Amino acid sequence: MSGAAAPVRRRRRFAAFGGLLAALVAALLRADASARTAFVLNDARGARFPLPDLVVPVAGTVRILAALILALAVLLAVRGAGRRDAAVVGVMGGLAVVALLTWAGAGTSISVVSLLRGTLFAAVPIAFGALAGVLCERSGVINIAIEGQFLAGAFTAAVAASILGSAWWGLLGGIAAGALVGLMLAGLTIRFAADQIVSGVVLIVFATGVTSFLTSQLLAGTPSWNAPVRFQAFALPGLSDVPLLGPIVFDQTVLVYLMLLAVAGVQFGLFRTRWGLRLRSVGEHPAAADTVGIPVLRTRYRAVMLGGVLAGVGGSWFTLEAASQFSKEMTGGRGFIALAAMLVGRYSPVGALGAGLLFGFADALATALQRLPVPIPSSLLRATPYVITIVVVAGLVGRLRVPAADGKPYVKA
Amino acid sequence: MRLELRGITKRFPGVVANDHVDLTVEPSEVLGLLGENGAGKSTLMNILYGLTSADEGEILLDGRPHVFADPGDAIAAGIGMVHQHFMLVPVFTVAENILLGAEPLDRLGRFDRGRARDAVLATAERFGLPVDPDARVEDLPVGLQQRVEILKALYRDARLLILDEPTAVLTPQEADGLFESIRGFRAAGRSVIFISHKLREHHAIADRITVLRRGRTVGTIPAAEADAQELATMMVGRPVVLVVDRAPAAPGEPVLEVRALGVEDPPGTALVADVDLTVHRGEIVGIAGVEGNGQTPLVEAVTGLRPVTAGEVLLRGESIVGRSRRDILRAGVGHIPEDRYTDGVVASFSIADNLALTLWDDERFSNGRTRDFDAVAESARRVVADFDIRTPSIATTAGSLSGGNQQKVVVAREFDRPIDLLVAAQPTRGVDVGSIEYLHQQIVAKRDEGTAVLLVSSELDEIQALSDRIAVMFRGRLVGPFPAPVAKEALGLMMAGVDPAEALGGRAA
Repeated sequence: MSGAAAPVRRRRRFAAFGGLLAALVAALLRADASARTAFVLNDARGARFPLPDLVVPVAGTVRILAALILALAVLLAVRGAGRRDAAVVGVMGGLAVVALLTWAGAGTSISVVSLLRGTLFAAVPIAFGALAGVLCERSGVINIAIEGQFLAGAFTAAVAASILGSAWWGLLGGIAAGALVGLMLAGLTIRFAADQIVSGVVLIVFATGVTSFLTSQLLAGTPSWNAPVRFQAFALPGLSDVPLLGPIVFDQTVLVYLMLLAVAGVQFGLFRTRWGLRLRSVGEHPAAADTVGIPVLRTRYRAVMLGGVLAGVGGSWFTLEAASQFSKEMTGGRGFIALAAMLVGRYSPVGALGAGLLFGFADALATALQRLPVPIPSSLLRATPYVITIVVVAGLVGRLRVPAADGKPYVKA
Repeated sequence: MRLELRGITKRFPGVVANDHVDLTVEPSEVLGLLGENGAGKSTLMNILYGLTSADEGEILLDGRPHVFADPGDAIAAGIGMVHQHFMLVPVFTVAENILLGAEPLDRLGRFDRGRARDAVLATAERFGLPVDPDARVEDLPVGLQQRVEILKALYRDARLLILDEPTAVLTPQEADGLFESIRGFRAAGRSVIFISHKLREHHAIADRITVLRRGRTVGTIPAAEADAQELATMMVGRPVVLVVDRAPAAPGEPVLEVRALGVEDPPGTALVADVDLTVHRGEIVGIAGVEGNGQTPLVEAVTGLRPVTAGEVLLRGESIVGRSRRDILRAGVGHIPEDRYTDGVVASFSIADNLALTLWDDERFSNGRTRDFDAVAESARRVVADFDIRTPSIATTAGSLSGGNQQKVVVAREFDRPIDLLVAAQPTRGVDVGSIEYLHQQIVAKRDEGTAVLLVSSELDEIQALSDRIAVMFRGRLVGPFPAPVAKEALGLMMAGVDPAEALGGRAA
C-alpha cells in the first residue's frame, strides 16, 4: 500500500473525468464539415478601437480541442501535475466550454464581450453573498442565512427605490435589511448560543415568509411600490475604450464596480490590518483572543453585521439591476450558490470572487446558449449553474482549512 | 514585584474550589504550587489572571490591592500566564501570535509586519529564547510553541509569570531547557508561579513550595527542606507509598505479537509505521513517548478501535485484524482507555451499569434477552468492595465520582473478567497520588497472575516504575523495547528522536 494512495486515486478520477469530457466534445463533431463560427470581440454598441472577428472552422476546432483535452487527461493518468492537478481539470473544463460554444455557434456568431460582461454581472450576488459568508465564518459564525439576507435585501431595495425614487435609496434599504437579518443571526448565535445551522435555516424561512406575505398583501395592491428606479450601466471614461477588457469590465453597473471594490477591500482588511488579524483570531481560537483582551463577542457581532451589509448589497442586485420588480422567492437559491462559492474560494475574498465568476459564467453561458439554435431544452440550460455547483463542490474542493472555531459559540469559562 | 493573595475564596455550586487561600510570591522567586487535580490550583490562577472572580479575598501587588475584571487588567498589572492548553492561534505566525491584541500599526493603519518581527526578535534576544518570528505556530514542535507562549507574556512585560503544568507536554530535555529559562527570569528580577503535580520538578526549580489540598493552603515550605515523602503526605493528607514494590518478571509465551503494523488516517498520512512488538505472559512492556507520537492510534489498532492499514496483530498466535471490538474484548483483551471520561465510562450511567458494560449480554448479566439486574447489582457490590471504589452507592452515576474512583471503575471492569492481555493507556492520568499507588499495585498484581501488560504512558516515572521492558515511540515508529531499567536521560533522548545507539551509549559515557 503506497503512502501516496489518496492523491493518486484523486488524479485517476480527474483523468477519467477528462477522458469523458474528451469523448463528449468529440461527440459534438457534426457531418457539416464546412460550417464556421465567428467569435465577436467587439461591443455591440461599436468600439473606438475595433478588433477583427475570430472566425474558426467548427469541425477542425472541435477536433483539436478534443485532442487537447485527451492529451491532458493522459497526462493526469500517467504522471499528474502535482499540486496543479485541479488546475488541469479546470483547463480541460474551459476547453470543453470553448468547444461547446464553437459547435453551438456553427453558421452564426457569438459575442464574447456580452458573454463575459454577463459573467461579471451575474457574479455580483454570488460574490457579495460569498464575501458575507467569509466575514462571518472567519469570525466563527456559520452563516447559511445568506439566501434570507438576499430576499430581505431585494424586497426592501425594491420598495425603497420605488417610494423614494432613487436606486441609491434602494441600495441603502437593501443594506439595512441585510444588516437586520445579520443582527438577528448574531443575536441568536452569539447572544443565545443557539445552533448556528438551525438559526440560519429559521432566518431563511422567516425572510421567505415575510417577503412573500408582504408581496401578495401589500405590493400586489399598490404596484407603484414595486416599480424600483434601477441602476444604469455607465462607462468609465477612457478605460472603457480599451479593446476587449474595456467593454467587459469598465462599462458596467454600479454594483459590479462595488463588488470589485468590496473584494479588494475585504481581502486587504482581513489579511493586512489589525482589524482582520483580530477577526480571524476570534474565529480560530477565541479563548486566546480573549486572554489578550480582544472582545470576542463584540468582534463577532460586528463581523456578522458587516456580513449582513454585504449580503444586503447582493440582495439589492436582484431588484435594482437584474429584474424590474420584486417577485416571490426571486433569488432562486443563489444564496446557497454563494455559500458554495465561499467554500470553493476557500474562505478568501479573492477566491470568493473567482468562484462567483465561475458561477456567473455558467449563468451567462446558459443565457447565451438559449439564443442560439441549440437542440438543448432551455430549462435544462437554466440548470447549468446548479449542476456546476454540484460538480465543483463534490469534485474539486478537496481538503478545506476551515476556521478552527467556526460554528462554535464562545462561552466564557 | 511582590504578590500576595489573602483569603481567596471561590465557591461553585456544591463545591468550595478555594477556601481562604493565602499565598505570597517574593520578587525574584520561583514559587512551586503543588496539589492534586481538583485541589484548586487552576481556579486560584484563573482568579489571579482575571479569568474568573473571587467571592472573597484580596490580590495585592507590592502591597496595593488590585481587582482584575478580565485578563487585560491582569496583563496591564504585569501578570503573564502560560496556559496548559496553549492560547495560540495555530494558523498564525509566531509574530502575529505574540503581538495579537498589541499590534504595531504603520502609518496606513496596516499591521506592521516589519516592526512586529523586530519586536519579537528583540524580546527573544533579551530573554535568550530564540524563535523564528515568521514560522507558523502549527509547524513548530510543542516545546517551541510553549516558548512562543512565554514570549507572549514577556512581550507584555510580565513581571510575574504563571506556568500551568508546563512540563506535561515536554520531553525531559525540553523541560530542562524550560527550567534554565525560568532561572534566567529569576535572575532578571522576575517572579514565577510554577504549577505541577510532579514532586521532582518542584525540587528542581522552586525556591518555596505551597501545597494546596481540597481548596485550602496546607502549608508552605522552602524547597531545600522538603522531601518527597513529606510533600506527598501534605498533598494527599495521609502517608503514601511512592515506590512500587515489584518482583522481577517471569515472562512466559507470547500473548500479543504486533508485526510491521501500519496505521494511516487519512489514507496517505502514516500515524503508526512499521511497528514490531511482542508482549509475553507475565511481563509489563512500557511505551514511553511525548504524546501525539502515535501511541493513541497504536493502542486503538491493537484493541480493535481503528482499522489497521498494514501488518498483523496476533493474540495468542491468532490474527485479530478486522475482528470486531466485541470479539477482541471477549477473546481476553482488557483495555484501559487513555481518556476515561469520554471512552472509559458512561458518565450518566450508574456505577453498576458501567461495571457491566463490557459483559452486558454475557450469561453472567442477562437472562436470555433481558438484563439480570440482580446479578449486575450483586456483582457491582462485590467489585466496589474489592477494588476500594469510594462511592455512596452502586446507583451513583459514574460522572459524579472523583477521577481516581472513576479510573478504579474502569480498572475493576477490565480486571473482573478473565483477560490474557491488558492494554493500559495513561492509566493514572488525572488521578490523585493515593489512587496512583493503588492502581500501580493492581497492574503489577495482574502481571504476576500471568497477564501480558502493554502500558502506554507519557509519565516517565510511571514507565520506569512498572515496566520490565521499555520502548519509545517517536513519530509513529517504535524504538526498542530495551530491558529495564533504562536511564531517564536515554529515554528522553529517544523521545526526541535521537538514535537509540547514541542515546544508550550516552548512558555508558
